[in-house]
Amino acid sequence: MSFAPGDTVRVSGRRHEGHHRTPAYLKGQTGTVERVHERFLDPETRAYGGDGTPARRLYLIAFELDELWPTYDGGADDRLLVDVFEHWLEEAR
Amino acid sequence: MHDRGGWPTDEPIDRSEHQLADWEMLMDAIVGALGQRGVMNVDELRRAIESMEPAAYESATYYERWLYAAETILAEKGVVAPGELDARLAP
Repeated sequence: MSFAPGDTVRVSGRRHEGHHRTPAYLKGQTGTVERVHERFLDPETRAYGGDGTPARRLYLIAFELDELWPTYDGGADDRLLVDVFEHWLEEAR
Repeated sequence: MHDRGGWPTDEPIDRSEHQLADWEMLMDAIVGALGQRGVMNVDELRRAIESMEPAAYESATYYERWLYAAETILAEKGVVAPGELDARLAP
């Protein structure tokens, strides 16, 4: 599944014991695709001596800060921009 | 210590800039050189940092964590023997 700018996506809530780059505070959260990056070698296998293939598509995802942290009072329009790999993203509406 | 970011805290955040010590710049250069030579990569560095005991992680500074991680990975790969660096530092 690939995504385009403006798509609404949900970050997978699955557990993953090994090294991965998806922060816990984003798991299960919904955001919007801001930008489509290129593919990068997969850190989840490179962290253990693997070659990182297949390379994984990376996306810049925007999250509303007051959705991530309901007590956030820095500004209603503030967003957090985080790079998330495609295999951690799901289609959302 | 995995995935430390985003935890709630009542502690104030230290936003002050500080000067790097010489050994910290050297640490950065060593990890950069090891990466360029293909000896270790940043994902291994991060994975090794995450393997630190939580108390050690919390009390270590940024480049102390890099030092721990680089030594861990180099020992894992047989580049240095466990304890070899400590032995060289002994008086």
